[in-house]
Order: sequence, then structure tokens, then C-alpha cells
Amino acid sequence: MEPIITKYVREPNSYTLDFYLQHGGYESLRKALGTHTPDQIVEMVKASGLRGRGGAGFPTGMKWQFVDKKSEKPRYIACNADESEPGTFKDHVIMERNPHLLIEGCAIACYAIGAKVAYIYIRGEFYHVQQVLENAIAEARAKGYLGKNVLGTGFDCEVYVHRGAGAYEAGEETALLESLEGKRAQPRNKPPFPAVYGLYGCPTAVNNVETLANVPLIVQHGPEWFAALGPEKNGGPKLYSISGHVKRPGVYEASMDITLKELIFGEQYCQGMRDGHTLKAVIPGGSSVPILLPDQLDTQASFDGVVKAGSMLGSAGAIVLDDTTCMVWLAENLLHFYRHESCGKCTPCREGTDWLFKLLRKIESGQGSMRDIDLLSSVATNVGGKTLCAFGDAAVTPVLTTIKHFRHEYEAHVREGRCTCPADWRARQPVGAH
Amino acid sequence: MSFHPKMAYDATFHKSTRTLADNGPVFTFTPENRARLDEIVTRYPADRSRSAVLPALFLVQHQQGYITGHAMRHVAEILKVTPADVEDVVTYYTMFYTKPVGTFVLSVCRTLSCAVNGAERVVEEICNHLHIKPGQTDASGTFTLIEAECLGACDRAPVIMVNDAWQELQRPEDIPALLENLRQHGEAALTGCHHVIEKK
Ligand SMILES: Cc1cc2nc3c(=O)[nH]c(=O)nc-3n(C[C@H](O)[C@H](O)[C@H](O)COP(=O)(O)O)c2cc1C
Ligand code: SF4
Ligand code: FES
Repeated sequence: MEPIITKYVREPNSYTLDFYLQHGGYESLRKALGTHTPDQIVEMVKASGLRGRGGAGFPTGMKWQFVDKKSEKPRYIACNADESEPGTFKDHVIMERNPHLLIEGCAIACYAIGAKVAYIYIRGEFYHVQQVLENAIAEARAKGYLGKNVLGTGFDCEVYVHRGAGAYEAGEETALLESLEGKRAQPRNKPPFPAVYGLYGCPTAVNNVETLANVPLIVQHGPEWFAALGPEKNGGPKLYSISGHVKRPGVYEASMDITLKELIFGEQYCQGMRDGHTLKAVIPGGSSVPILLPDQLDTQASFDGVVKAGSMLGSAGAIVLDDTTCMVWLAENLLHFYRHESCGKCTPCREGTDWLFKLLRKIESGQGSMRDIDLLSSVATNVGGKTLCAFGDAAVTPVLTTIKHFRHEYEAHVREGRCTCPADWRARQPVGAH
Repeated sequence: MSFHPKMAYDATFHKSTRTLADNGPVFTFTPENRARLDEIVTRYPADRSRSAVLPALFLVQHQQGYITGHAMRHVAEILKVTPADVEDVVTYYTMFYTKPVGTFVLSVCRTLSCAVNGAERVVEEICNHLHIKPGQTDASGTFTLIEAECLGACDRAPVIMVNDAWQELQRPEDIPALLENLRQHGEAALTGCHHVIEKK
């Protein structure tokens, strides 16, 4: 499939309004406002089968339909640009090189659910991206694509960027809303869902950047075109972020009938593992999903395909690991992340991540016993499914999946009293993206 | 009363040991920053000025380098929230500093994709050169080293964020030159984000 969303990202000035207009920009917004009612847009997105690109793969049209239209309160679009899932860097490219596509998507989404304001919640580390977005918004506003009376249709729409300050948990949708309200990024109980009780207690749709970037394409080319771009229920273009031990890490756009194997080994894509090494494992959807082994890579890299293989597509950020990777070390590295990022609101996650990290550090440094391995699984199963938000399940996944597939490595660490994998990753030179 | 007959009444543990943020020097926004904040507040509904707490704190940090108790109270007054509301936020987010930091804050990503590309060695190298540990500032007050979690540019691993700018694809042997260039030329010495190809 020819890239659609990222078609022009390597062109100079691809982020300017002039460039965007020369390539058919804002025609979808004009079409949506001119010839469609909001309900028709929602129907269109539903018919396209667009699924949320933020992690869960929930149908976007349905999410919009659930937005409480009977409420007297204002409605909001909150665009999730927190992109903090380890191994994920696709929204980054959209916002930096094709910001107007996202802005157009935000405006159409506002029209569809009857909102007048969209907030783009961007992670604090993306300061340079925020500058690009804010300039793009100012440009669009000056030309009447945003602001009062958009394109003379009487529709008002403002898009603002709100900067986070370094919290992974702010990516969880209700935590994001809390953070937007000027509080700690800690999630709320669900239900009520944001569609009913969201930002400032008003009906809100929280959508990922890539999700909203697909909306103008659907309006422009029609839902049938979109659905036909991929396997059933997995339509549309998809961005994959691939990093780790591959020759050409980067963001690749493909239709979801591509296989993981092709993404990792294809000439057009990552071109395989770095020289002299073989593939050991792939984490296909950011750090929070189960590991896939080399013999499972013929699976389709679609939401449903990866689930069939026993993992999840998540944010489609694949971390590819070669034969030098110690799986105990890997779990320790990721649990360091989860322990650091746990928001602390509920006990199993706050305490459990710390326990898991300490146990893993003990085993990795050669001080562990066989009992510690069982204790690890026991702590992990007592966190998973018992927490307020999905972070708890995500945090224990690296532990459970490495024990499941690589228990022998844990045992070897205990038996030999040291890390048994050659630690040459430490001496590794960066591969360098193209 | 005490919790136990044998326990002295003045046992200290049930007294709160919580200390409020140090007041620090008197802080008021410069007129430009104040105007900027007033504009930001208008982005949120009229009765929701609390939403501007994060942007206001970034402005404080931009002006003063770190966030003091006095600054928190100043922000609280402007946004009509309590100082505790502001402190609550400051102490939660990792990008807000409550202590002075160096001119350049080096946040080295240590999460998986960067780690398998040698991030740990990069950290070691910085530590050796500056004679500090992660979390510390060097003697000259120029550099603070922080180990950060995934910065969202894993294809350009290892990544270092220097204040708000980026330096990508760092090898351990690049570190001496990076530090020297920063000392001499400031942030202009950085590669920035690779997507900004026009800059090159
Ligand atoms: C701990 C946690 C972190 C998350 N981080 C992100 C994130 O960084 N970006 C994102 O788009 N969604 C993230 N999500 C998913 C969001 O909660 C939500 O499902 C998503 O923004 C919905 O948008 P979508 O329907 O367009 O996918 C996270 C979820 C959890 C539980
Ligand atoms: S599971 Fe973890 S991140 Fe989620 S609410 Fe509980 S403590 Fe916070
Ligand atoms: S792991 Fe370092 S930027 Fe993602």
C-alpha cells in the first residue's frame, strides 16, 4: 500500500498550510460542513470501521455515538497526544510533519459530536512538536479553517494544545481529563465513561492522534474505500513504530493485512535484524503486551490478527529483540518504567510494581532463589485485574510473559548466581534510522 | 491521648511530618509571562482557570528555573485555587523541579529501545565526565543528569533531552564533545529532532 498519512512527511515544508492546501487539504472539512449533517459523519465513521489507534482498538464511530447528545452541557473533543507507551513514536510524526491533517480531523470530530472546542493533550517532552502544532493552528485560524464561523458555515471551532509534564499515566483517558483540569494525572472510576461525564463533567470523546488523522480520509474517500484498505474490521492505513535491534528502525505505514514478519524483514521496511544476530522475541504493541516468538510472526499485524497469535496490537509499537537480549533484564527494565510511572492511586499497582521490580533486580543480579520466581508470578497475578485502570494489567505483562516463555532463563540466573546472557547490548552502537 | 498505655503522649510519630514547600525568594511573573498566562486562561471555560495550572507552572520554571513555595502561592492566587492544589500538581509531575537545576538538564532515556542501544553506557559516560550520579548537578552548576523514561523517539535511540530540545543517536564516545559544545554554544549545538529536516 502506498503511504497516505505519511505520504509527504519527508517533503520540506510538509507542515505548512500552503503545502497542505496544495495537496487537497481542508477539502474534507469543507465537504463535511457543506454536505453532511453531524449524524451522517458519525454514521460514515461507523461504516468505515475505523478503530481507535491509541491502544484498545475500540470503534471510533461507536465512541462518538455514545457521546451524550441530550445533555445541556457543552461537549468536548480531547485528542490524546500523550504518546508515552515505550516503543511508540507514530503520533510524533503526524503532529510534526502533517499537523494540519490532525487539526482537520479535530475540527470534523467537533462537528460530528457537536463540540466547539478540542484540546490536544501533548506530552511535555514534545515541546518542539507543540511549537509546530501551535503554529499550524494559528495558520489555520487566520485562514478561517478554525475559529468563529468556519468557512462561512456558522460552525464555531477552536483547537488548543495543552502540554503535559511527564506522566505516562496521563495517557489513560480519564487521567488525561484530570490533567487537563489542572490536577494530578490519576484516573477516575469508570463508569461513568467520558462520553457521559468527561472533561469538566461534560460529554467528551477522547481520541488518539492517529485516529483523528484518519477521519479526513474517510470523509474525503468514503467509508467503503477506507474499509477496503485492510482486512475485515481492520480497515484503513496503519502506522507502525518499530524499534530495537533492527537495521532500519522507524515509522512505517501499511495496510493491516501486512504480517509482522514482513514489517521486520521486508526490504521496504526494517530490513531484518542487525548483522550477525538472530531474532529472539518481539513485543508487538508497545511495552504492555505479551511477547511473540519468531515462529509466530506470520501473523497479520491487525488488531484481530495479533490477538489470535496471543498478544495485542496495542499502539502498534513493535520492539524487536535479538539473541543477545536477557529476558530477565528486559523485565527488570520495563518494571523500572512501570514502577516509576504508577500513579499511586490504587494499592496493588503502587506496591506491586515496586515489589516486582525489587524481585527482578534481585534475580538479575544473581541474588535470587527459585522461590523468588514463584513469588514473582504470585505478586503479578495479584496485581493484574485488581486495579483501577488498565495500567496494572500492563505492568505485570512483561513479568508473566517472560516467565511463561523464558522460565529457563530465570532458573539459570538463580542456578549460576549471575546474568547468563552476553551483555553485549551494553557495548552496542546505535543503528541510526534512515 | 496515646495509642497505647505504655506509649508516651508526645511520641512523635503520629504528628504529621509533612513539610510545605520552601518559600524561597519572592516570585512574581514578568509582565510578558503574566500576559502569556492571562491569554492561556482564556482557552478554558471561564470558571475553569484551574486548567491553567500546568501551563502556569511551566512559565514559572521558564522564568526562574525551578518552582518555589512562593511561586506556587503566586500561581494559586492568580488562578484562584489553593496553594495545596498547586503543590499537589508540582510534586506529581516529573518535569517540574522544586530544587535549582543546572543550566542544562540532560534527561537520558533508559527505557527498553534506548537501553538495548547502549543508553546505560551513555549515562555512565556522563557520570564519569561530570563526576555526578543520576539526579545530581555538577559542581559548576552547568549540568543536571536525569534518567528519563521513554521519550517517544525510540527509532533514534539512545535519545537525550537537553532542557526542551533533543539530541538523538548518542554514542558514549559522543558525550565529551556534546558536553563541550553545550558549554560553548548552548542549545544551538544540538541535533534537534530528525523530523525537522529543513534545519539541516
Ligand atoms: C496506562 C495507559 C496509558 C495510555 N497511554 C496512551 C497514550 O499515550 N496515547 C494514547 O493515544 N492512548 C493511550 N491509552 C489509551 C487511552 O486510554 C484511550 O483508550 C485512547 O486514548 C482512546 O483513543 P482511541 O479510541 O482513539 O484509541 C493509554 C491507556 C492506559 C490504560
Ligand atoms: S492501576 Fe496504577 S496507574 Fe492505574 S490507577 Fe491504579 S495506581 Fe494508578
Ligand atoms: S525507549 Fe528511549 S525514546 Fe523510547
